[in-house]
Amino acid sequence: MIETQNLTKTYGKDTVLNIQSLDIPKGQSFGLVGNNGAGKTTFFSLLLDLIRPSTGRIINNGIQVDTSEEWKPFTSAFIDESFLIGYLTPEEYFYFIGDLRGQSKSDIDLFLNDFHAFFHEEILGKQKYLRDLSKGNQKKVGIVASLIGYPDVVILDEPFANLDPTTQIRLKTLIRELAEQRDLSILVSSHDLIHVTEVCERIVVLHKGEVVRDIKTSEETLKELEVFFGG
Amino acid sequence: MLKQFFSLQWKAFYRSAAFKTNLAIKILMVFGALYFLVVFLAMGLGTYYFIEKQGLGDPFILVNTYLIFYLAVDLYIRYMMQKMPVLNIKPLLYLPFKKNQVVFYSLGKTLLSFFNWVHAFFFIPFSIVLVYEGYNILGVVSWHLAIMALFFCNNFLNVLMNNKDIVFYPIIVLFAFVGISQYYQWLDLSTYIAPLFRAFYNTPWTIIIPVFLLIGLAFISFRYFKNNLYLDAGLSIKHSKAKIEDYSWLNRFGNLGTFLKNDIKLIKRNKRSRTTVVMSFLFLFYGLLFFTGSIEVYDGPIWKIFAGIFISGGFLFSFGQFVPSWDSSYYPLMMSQNIRYKEYLNSKWYLIVLATIVSTIVSTFYLYFGWEAYLAILVGAAYNVGVNSYLVLWGGAYIKTPIDLTSNKNAFGDKQAFNAKTLLLTIPKLVLPLLIYALGHYLINPIAGYIFVAVSGFIGLAFKDIAFRKIENIYKKEKYKTLNAYKQKAN
Repeated sequence: MIETQNLTKTYGKDTVLNIQSLDIPKGQSFGLVGNNGAGKTTFFSLLLDLIRPSTGRIINNGIQVDTSEEWKPFTSAFIDESFLIGYLTPEEYFYFIGDLRGQSKSDIDLFLNDFHAFFHEEILGKQKYLRDLSKGNQKKVGIVASLIGYPDVVILDEPFANLDPTTQIRLKTLIRELAEQRDLSILVSSHDLIHVTEVCERIVVLHKGEVVRDIKTSEETLKELEVFFGG
Repeated sequence: MLKQFFSLQWKAFYRSAAFKTNLAIKILMVFGALYFLVVFLAMGLGTYYFIEKQGLGDPFILVNTYLIFYLAVDLYIRYMMQKMPVLNIKPLLYLPFKKNQVVFYSLGKTLLSFFNWVHAFFFIPFSIVLVYEGYNILGVVSWHLAIMALFFCNNFLNVLMNNKDIVFYPIIVLFAFVGISQYYQWLDLSTYIAPLFRAFYNTPWTIIIPVFLLIGLAFISFRYFKNNLYLDAGLSIKHSKAKIEDYSWLNRFGNLGTFLKNDIKLIKRNKRSRTTVVMSFLFLFYGLLFFTGSIEVYDGPIWKIFAGIFISGGFLFSFGQFVPSWDSSYYPLMMSQNIRYKEYLNSKWYLIVLATIVSTIVSTFYLYFGWEAYLAILVGAAYNVGVNSYLVLWGGAYIKTPIDLTSNKNAFGDKQAFNAKTLLLTIPKLVLPLLIYALGHYLINPIAGYIFVAVSGFIGLAFKDIAFRKIENIYKKEKYKTLNAYKQKAN
């Protein structure tokens, strides 16, 4: 599904990302871990063509992302608050994204029905604009919106950060279900080793912009990661 | 303690984004500031002799007559532009500062504002001239200090106006009342107030009135701030209750409707964009300056086209020139969602065209000044739709200033919005239609001039697809730079 070839990103003399080759097959739940500055957000931004690669390319379902816009219909993401439109209510925001992805208002209402537990009655019908929601609630909206319209690739940067414990657990279930039900490639980055090992089939460790581990998740994965980051 | 405050302030100043803009703009800004200082100085020195030479009576009396308007305008400008100290307080709250010190510092900071000391450049030389011309020195000093105290009163009034509606609305009502009564000459307020100002000179002890007023206002502001120094009181950001709006009638326009819905909400729900649209409404009346013949230089025939362009293009110039900055706070979303650049630009284009048509319809009242006046507006509208609409979108690709939708303070022009490319683009926007008209007007006749301008608009419209492809390419080329620039939040 996603192929990365000779991808580097350089600012001045600093190479912040250098991935020779990284393929993510269709339907995989993929976890990206690393310390601050390891290049996780840079990689995701490159995937979404929000920054330009210094060399190399990313090919998403046969489409090179920095030369064509054709990847947009089947790819969606939530990176940070800049993916939210602050002056809309959550409902209006969902409808807006729905409009862009060919989902009618009733489609969206139906879709949102499944997320009532996830929202914990704090999002819908509250007569609040997105800019006035708390960080955690904003994140919930962003994550759910990224699932609208049956995308094939979903990219979530630090989805667990800022969420309350209940929602973290619900989000984990959600991600697992999504990965099983459909042929959805879900890309998640996190600082929390426990969360990623629980939801991702495969975990890649970035360190100073390079892939240093590529692990198929198993019982020992958490230990292995703890050893890596602890030492 | 004070030392730390000052060092914080100094860092805030020279590390601010405005200070870091490029060298050319910095030089321009310095020249601009110097220019104003020189103008004020020259006015301060020159006013007295100018009034004397024109034979308008005693300059001191005349200045006192108009002083109240000066103060009013000062308060208005402050309300619009002077930044309030509130926001920077938050990080200081949990540090070991006494609350009194924090409030004292933040209010004290407003005293150092440009808006306070710029007046000194007028009043100090003016007072010196007064003394030089034989006015009583004690009287002049007392008058001068009294007036300065009134400017500082304005400072605190503005602080209170910004925070307390109970201060804001009465002042607005008072202003409206005074303005209207002045206009219809029910009562000439200045004749009542001027003697008060003169009293500061004639009976120097009256200076205690403004001084007490100042102390009073400072005390009220101080107490107000101290009582509200909590995150959920004075320091909270006001939340407005959301209304759900549907606009489903726009659905028939497909994807275009989706964006239009969003843009309407953008305009309605954000302070900054609302102000801009209100300002574009004022452009409608700009033509009155031209068609009433009240300003002589505007009487030339070419200027009618200039007026026509501005009347029908108010929205185009004030809102359109900041596309895509309106979407700056969620630009990454727009760039990665299922949106084609072309659709995005197209929706903005339709919005601009719609607003131009509405302005043109509203401005039918110009028919009062003869059909030729309205023809100029129609022709201007055609040019705006056919040519200028592309040009503003094109220019927007180079304006990389993020817009803070919730704040009004930069609505009167962003420093960064001026760069060489956008300045160059104003030539075809404003000068070219005048030239085209002049060509027809002077070679054939005025009607030919109008036809020429209108036709250039229609030709532009016919080439929409080509123009859009070009603009789209420029936006794509600038995309990464724009995304990066929008990340730097405006402050």
